[in-house]
Amino acid sequence: MAKLELEKLTKRYGDFYAVRDVSLEVAEGEFLVLLGPSGCGKTTTLRMIAGFVEPTSGAVRIGGQDITWQPPWKRNTGLVFQSYALFPHLTVNQNVAFGLEMRKVPQSELAYRTAEALRLVRLDHLGDRLPRQLSGGQQQRVALARALVFHPDVLLLDEPLSNLDAKLRQEVRVEIRELQRQLGITTVMVTHDQEEALTMADRLVVMNEGAVRQVGTQRDLYERPADRFVADFVGRSTFIDGRIASPGVFRTEGGLALRCNGGAVGEASLALRPERISISPVPLDDVDNTLEGTVEFISYLGAQIDFHVRVSPRERLVVQIANRAGDFSPDVGDLVHVGWSSSDARVFSRSAEADRAHVHRKENQREVANG
Amino acid sequence: MVAHSVLGSRHLGWWLLRGVAGLSMIYILLPLIFVTWLSFFYQEIPSFPPEGYSLRWYKAIATNDRFASGFLLSMQLGVIATVLGLMVGVPAALCLSRYRFRGREALNSLLLLPLVVPGVVLGMALYVSHVEVEIATGIPILGSLGGLLTGHVLVVIPWTVRLVFASLAGFDRTLEEAAQNLGADRWTTFRRITLPSILPGVVAAAMFGFVSSFGNLEMSLFLVGPGRTTLPIAILQYLEWKIDPTIAAVSVLQILLIGAAMLITDRFVKISRVV
Repeated sequence: MAKLELEKLTKRYGDFYAVRDVSLEVAEGEFLVLLGPSGCGKTTTLRMIAGFVEPTSGAVRIGGQDITWQPPWKRNTGLVFQSYALFPHLTVNQNVAFGLEMRKVPQSELAYRTAEALRLVRLDHLGDRLPRQLSGGQQQRVALARALVFHPDVLLLDEPLSNLDAKLRQEVRVEIRELQRQLGITTVMVTHDQEEALTMADRLVVMNEGAVRQVGTQRDLYERPADRFVADFVGRSTFIDGRIASPGVFRTEGGLALRCNGGAVGEASLALRPERISISPVPLDDVDNTLEGTVEFISYLGAQIDFHVRVSPRERLVVQIANRAGDFSPDVGDLVHVGWSSSDARVFSRSAEADRAHVHRKENQREVANG
Repeated sequence: MVAHSVLGSRHLGWWLLRGVAGLSMIYILLPLIFVTWLSFFYQEIPSFPPEGYSLRWYKAIATNDRFASGFLLSMQLGVIATVLGLMVGVPAALCLSRYRFRGREALNSLLLLPLVVPGVVLGMALYVSHVEVEIATGIPILGSLGGLLTGHVLVVIPWTVRLVFASLAGFDRTLEEAAQNLGADRWTTFRRITLPSILPGVVAAAMFGFVSSFGNLEMSLFLVGPGRTTLPIAILQYLEWKIDPTIAAVSVLQILLIGAAMLITDRFVKISRVV
């Protein structure tokens, strides 16, 4: 159990940056989640912490000690693989004991600690089974016990839940989080599933194209996304393109004039959270913006209902409301009023976004050209 | 009506398949059956029908020194060549399956070459090179056990490389990463994780390597020295003078030996899974 630090960690393959200048600090006992789409560099980052990928530059420190150039077997990290990677020819007990055996723990203590770790994941009765005789969820817990039994400094989880079915995933999420808190172990998890990330993390790191886009708590990312990518990736957003005509006034491409907070004059996008928009049969008077529109499409999701409302020839908003009896519930084709407060909309300057995207595209084009 | 005829034609196909399979089986087994039958014939010149049955040819093997010493030499050669072949073949297969490097395909072909080159050519080539090396260095290789062994290792290598390579194809390398993450260095990872996982392939490689060395005739003919005769050569030499059923009896013993080796191996690893 120790603090983990990454300093300007970079992995370059030719001209392609898989990971670029990633600097992070994970406090002792903290649960940090690396979140991003596939290919964003999150797994490469994790593998650099575990020692399976050598960084091009930068440093990895655990408990203040530089381990950047240590081989995996000399680092005290416990990694749970996406595929679990249980040794098929060894029993559950032998699998869990492997890390202790490598650390030359005496036989009596080894047996005790193995049993203890299996009890922790409630599998102490299955110690003599072979991995293939276990269900997916049980295998996952064995992998967890195997990674925890030797008291690693850092626990690393590589998409640990992606091979479980939806129902089990929710249970295991809570289980892992409780176990992690109980043991107080510094943890880094990699996932592309934002719901998983939001429910488990103390703090999240959103990555895209090899770089960190934003670091923060769930609330930070959701309420104050740093850029359009984060606003789109964490939670849902409807984007309206247009320009800031003058401070506080956003003119959409469809010709609507909307009130907004902040943003420099110029090309911009307005990001709206579907659940922050109100919908009503009559004009709304307690919000900054109110628009008239027609319901074009309805998704009935059970707990929520999505209404796709056309507010101008060019623009359509998604409005999400909780499915409560007696609430206003229009049909397709109905005329409705939608509205939101300026503080619920985020403005992203598009020129900055475009510049950044352009740089990344150029880099990756170069990579392709160099093949 | 239509359904019935479809059913009928499927029956026909099924019977055809069985018939072909059965004929193939008979074709494969017929020589074995005849050899076994022949080895129990009483008369010296094999002819049908047999004049009677006896075990005298089996007794004749026991009293023939050349068969006994040939058998021992072939066993010795087979075992040592297999061990050496594995020591070359397993690392080679690991390299071939894991790394992409210049000349990989060429190396792959090179390692399989002894299987493709006719035994006579291989034997001749080795014989000539042994002569040259002996002239150049003065080390007596020609006709030595060491010289014979080099040839047999060559015969074993293609089997070990091929079969170990095949078993590595199904091996999940994240298992190795898992072991290293848990504190195992490279060698420990190989010994504790990789080797047990590919063991069926290694055992099969050892067995096929051994059998191909044990039964090798053409190449060995060039490499044996005076007083050093392998079993296949002893059989050939015997056949030059006599055609009595002793040879059949020796063959039956060989078949039994190899059959037993296969059955024992199969108890540890299912041969059908790797070959």
